[in-house]
Amino acid sequence: PPAHSHSDWIGPPDKHSNLRPIIFYVPPEESALEWRLREARQEAQASNQRFWALHNRAFRQEKEEFIYSRLKAKGVEMRDESGQKATLNAEEMADFYKDFLSKNLKKHLQYNRDWYKRNFRITFLMGQVALVRALRWLRQRKKNIEQ
Amino acid sequence: GLFVWRLRNTGVQQIPYRFVPLYHIANDRLITFQYFNFLKRMYVTQYNKDLSQRAKPKSDSIESPFHEPQQLDQGKKVAHKISPLSPVHQSWSETASRNELREMKSAAETEDSVIPVGAESKEDRQWKEMKLRLDDLPGILARLSKIKLTALVVSTASAGFAMAPVPFELTCFLLASLGTGLASCAANSINQFIEVPFDSNMNRTKNRPLVRGQISPLLAVCFAASCGVPGIALLTLGVNPLTGALGAFNIFLYTCCYTPLKRMSIANTWVGAVVGAIPPVMGWTAATGSLDAGALLLGGILYSWQFPHFNALSWGLREDYSRGGYCMMSVTHPGLCRRVALRHCLALIGLSAVAPVLDITTWTFPLISLPINLYISYLGFRFYRDADRSSSRKLFFCSLWHLPMLLLVMFTCKKSVLEKEDKGDLPGRSRERAMEIRLP
Repeated sequence: PPAHSHSDWIGPPDKHSNLRPIIFYVPPEESALEWRLREARQEAQASNQRFWALHNRAFRQEKEEFIYSRLKAKGVEMRDESGQKATLNAEEMADFYKDFLSKNLKKHLQYNRDWYKRNFRITFLMGQVALVRALRWLRQRKKNIEQ
Repeated sequence: GLFVWRLRNTGVQQIPYRFVPLYHIANDRLITFQYFNFLKRMYVTQYNKDLSQRAKPKSDSIESPFHEPQQLDQGKKVAHKISPLSPVHQSWSETASRNELREMKSAAETEDSVIPVGAESKEDRQWKEMKLRLDDLPGILARLSKIKLTALVVSTASAGFAMAPVPFELTCFLLASLGTGLASCAANSINQFIEVPFDSNMNRTKNRPLVRGQISPLLAVCFAASCGVPGIALLTLGVNPLTGALGAFNIFLYTCCYTPLKRMSIANTWVGAVVGAIPPVMGWTAATGSLDAGALLLGGILYSWQFPHFNALSWGLREDYSRGGYCMMSVTHPGLCRRVALRHCLALIGLSAVAPVLDITTWTFPLISLPINLYISYLGFRFYRDADRSSSRKLFFCSLWHLPMLLLVMFTCKKSVLEKEDKGDLPGRSRERAMEIRLP
């Protein structure tokens, strides 16, 4: 993002986590409240990134392993004559999906709780910051009018 | 065709009101269907029973809202998916592909991502400033509130209103529709607000405004509040408290029960079906002011419809659900998924037969609706037996036209209020009288 910009910038989705990273703008006179908000957003971003990058990687890996083991059981090579990767159809993959979901359910429940808490906290802080800014702006206007 | 469909169908997901967006598919039947859909959105108030010209607003599926359902915003297909379609075009005739492109273009215009092919993927790779532009705002809010799904929800509510055995009041009808629409916008916005990281990871939903950072979460919540509060107030004060209460309850059910439950247990599907069933009940209570058997029947029909619709849809999304951590029957209990879909297809037949018993429609309704109900049950049975992609697709597409058709037939078979009162009169005369009273 350009140096003169006064807003946050959001980027393309990350390769592993599919989440879009945000570069937060740090205003020259950041109040304590604004600092808390930025910290909370950065922390949430980092934590989400960690979770999903790991999770998606695990998914891809386990999917590969599953395909490999099933293909081996069927006696099929990983790549056929034309060099194309052999895949299983949707019905065969269904077992894997079911397994993967049940294995990760607890992890998801934990993540959900954390995410909900973080999301609400961030939004609440945003509300507070917006309110403070609005009041400040009103006070500034009153001062300008009085002058 | 299959390839096209698969691309379109990525990430059909939970649907707030388990409605799926209009599919633009280069299939003659479906192209005319789409056009038919748009026509049906208009009210043709020609009160002539024989012609049955009164086109009811169709409640078709656009994935959806109140239940977006999880899947609901269906593969409106992100524009960048259109580029891979070019190899498929070679197998089609010139005109077919041109039609297709035209359809897709018009579809793209009404889609979430309005950007032409190619440009979107490039833009996607760039860093964007997170500043709200006022001229983008209407589009962003439309996507945030899942406006198309909301439109469908409002049309099911209107269907409920129209089926109520009371003389039609325009102001009440408009207030009820507006209130329901606002409530739906609010619920959908909150749903998107809650699900940002999950939406980012699913193909169908990764282009939503909050995921792309086009709007801040705070603004999303404020928008939801500014839709929900006036919406419910409008329903409570402008229509009647019962409708307002149902609206508020539905918002609660969708945002606080269905949305978290999606990631905890498969029970979310049943809760979501209730969410989808409530709008027609709201329409009915708006018209009559009370919760009668007719309202419950209409709700029951919509409740049962949700299952074949959603279960068939979710069959193709198992990978995304599994990775995203959503607990859906199609992933965890596939047998149950298909059984439930079939069960509810059959239930639709039963419910249609109950309608005349409750004096809502004449006996012609179960007879006329029998063919379409049998057809969807047949597809439900095929889905149950075959459990493959093609049968799930067939069932899903059938559900898209089945519901509007059923509601339309129901409306045309509606038992006139006056017919019930003056039973002795000749049919012609009572119709005349009906016309006099109903037209303003």
